[in-house]
Amino acid sequence: MSDPRDESMIRARDLRKSFGDFEAVKGIDIDVRRGEAFGFLGPNGAGKSSTMRMIASVSPVSSGELRILGMDPATDGPAIRGRLGVCPQEDTLDNELNVFDNLYIYGRYFGIDKATCRDRAQELLEFAQITEKAKAKVEDLSGGMKRRLTIARSLINRPELLLLDEPTTGLDPQARHVLWDQLFRLKQAGVTLVITTHYMDEAEQLCDRLVVMDKGLIAAEGSPRELIKAHSTREVAELRFGVGENEALAEKVADLGDRIEVLPDRLLVYSDDGDEVVSQVHARGLQPLATLVRRSSLEDVFLRLTGRSLAD
Amino acid sequence: MAMTPRSTDLGAGKLSVIEGMTRQYDYWLTVFKRTWRGGVANSFVTPLFYVVAMGVLLGGFIDGDPEKLEGATSYLAFVVPGLVAAHAMTLAVGETTYPVMGAIKWHKTFYAQLATPLAVRDLVNAFLAFVLFRVGSACAIFMLVLAPFGVFETWWGPILAWLSQVLVGMAFATLVFAYSVRLRSEEGFGLIFRLGVLPLTLFSGAFFPISNLGPFLEWVARLTPLWHGVSLSRMFCLDTVDWSLAAVHVVVLTALGVLGWWLAVRGLDRRLET
Repeated sequence: MSDPRDESMIRARDLRKSFGDFEAVKGIDIDVRRGEAFGFLGPNGAGKSSTMRMIASVSPVSSGELRILGMDPATDGPAIRGRLGVCPQEDTLDNELNVFDNLYIYGRYFGIDKATCRDRAQELLEFAQITEKAKAKVEDLSGGMKRRLTIARSLINRPELLLLDEPTTGLDPQARHVLWDQLFRLKQAGVTLVITTHYMDEAEQLCDRLVVMDKGLIAAEGSPRELIKAHSTREVAELRFGVGENEALAEKVADLGDRIEVLPDRLLVYSDDGDEVVSQVHARGLQPLATLVRRSSLEDVFLRLTGRSLAD
Repeated sequence: MAMTPRSTDLGAGKLSVIEGMTRQYDYWLTVFKRTWRGGVANSFVTPLFYVVAMGVLLGGFIDGDPEKLEGATSYLAFVVPGLVAAHAMTLAVGETTYPVMGAIKWHKTFYAQLATPLAVRDLVNAFLAFVLFRVGSACAIFMLVLAPFGVFETWWGPILAWLSQVLVGMAFATLVFAYSVRLRSEEGFGLIFRLGVLPLTLFSGAFFPISNLGPFLEWVARLTPLWHGVSLSRMFCLDTVDWSLAAVHVVVLTALGVLGWWLAVRGLDRRLET
């Protein structure tokens, strides 16, 4: 084998998933290489979780081709799962076991011997910064600690590929940063990360490359920077007028930028020079209640590609 | 800290049936350690109340006529094998209703386990092995305690009776497991207990010979799985074995158990897919 970085961890071609008449994933192509941090960005219902469950080899592929670590989940499910770590969207920690046992018993499912399981559980408690909670009940942990325990549990088999479905949803900002730091350390250690998120900042922070998913399809693919460059301007001027006025005033400022988006509570004017847009607005005698000039983000890319915001 | 991302040392391919179950041994051991105290009351004290109330006290009003009691010389000797068989059913149903739904819906244990090399079949097998242990140990202790009361005719009969009780328990365990994995809300369990467990306990020949039911209902009773278990358990305890009838009982209960297992694996597979 040549460069290990060329090694395909995930390869999907025209991958589809249906539940009865409903098609959740409508034919997507994905390639994830070893050592990458790859993201699925999209709103709820975009098909991210269905895709993740197929990759995790727990949900059969409806049609198309899927290879995980070079193997077919339909026939090699147990072998694939033995080399994956899965951090599901909803915590599946065992509330009736203590923190340490959650790690230890999970390790046993992988056929890891008892002594190694104990050592690794201890190691992972340190990694997750919950060593002092080893004997505590899971339900006594904070949301952030539970998440860290879930991630620690998913590492018990030293996975080559770690799947994280909405890893920081529901966490406060501080807990999110602790988690991001840990994921970054894993990436440094060479673990391939696959992350779904509907937080653009998370995707920008963690992902080398991502796909924007919408309604079961891939709307765009690239690094966060490439996507912003390809689908948005450098800056955005946000103009907030009074309730109900935004739409009416849109026409009057439309020519100031490359593009304009009308949201219920504000106007977004896309331009490479946001400050210039704001001064032009004032020059035209318009008085927004508030203005903000910022860099374009993945949120804008998403808005451009789908006409909807991620929070929808 | 060493976080080497390689796991090739595990060599986790498809697991054998035994391997799939032994990997869950530690899990079920903690479940046992957590629940055995409550289990003692449930699986032992409660049925003992029944034996005393029904067998000894109520039975004191009933003539010990072997003609009317399928060969038993006392009502206690008549009722014990049926009671233990019915108890095996009740225990098995209890272990495969709320706990199964909990593992899917509330604790999501099955989802967590399935993210490992374990397969749906392994989850079902280990779960049922635990039920087997619960039912087997409860019935064994119960039979041992009853031995000094002189209700068994031979030394070997109670052993085969115990196996019959375990068999009827497992037939119910697999069938109810299959039902539970298809259920979206726990309200469906009321149906099982009110329209299943209760009438079966009362009318499947545990407390009185089914010939007392009249020709039509007697025929209905013969179709119920519990009757097969009660009849089998009783013929071994009372040494009134009709081997051809015993064979029918064993075949029926085994067939139900296998059917239930197959439906359970299939149902859980579909349920966990979404």
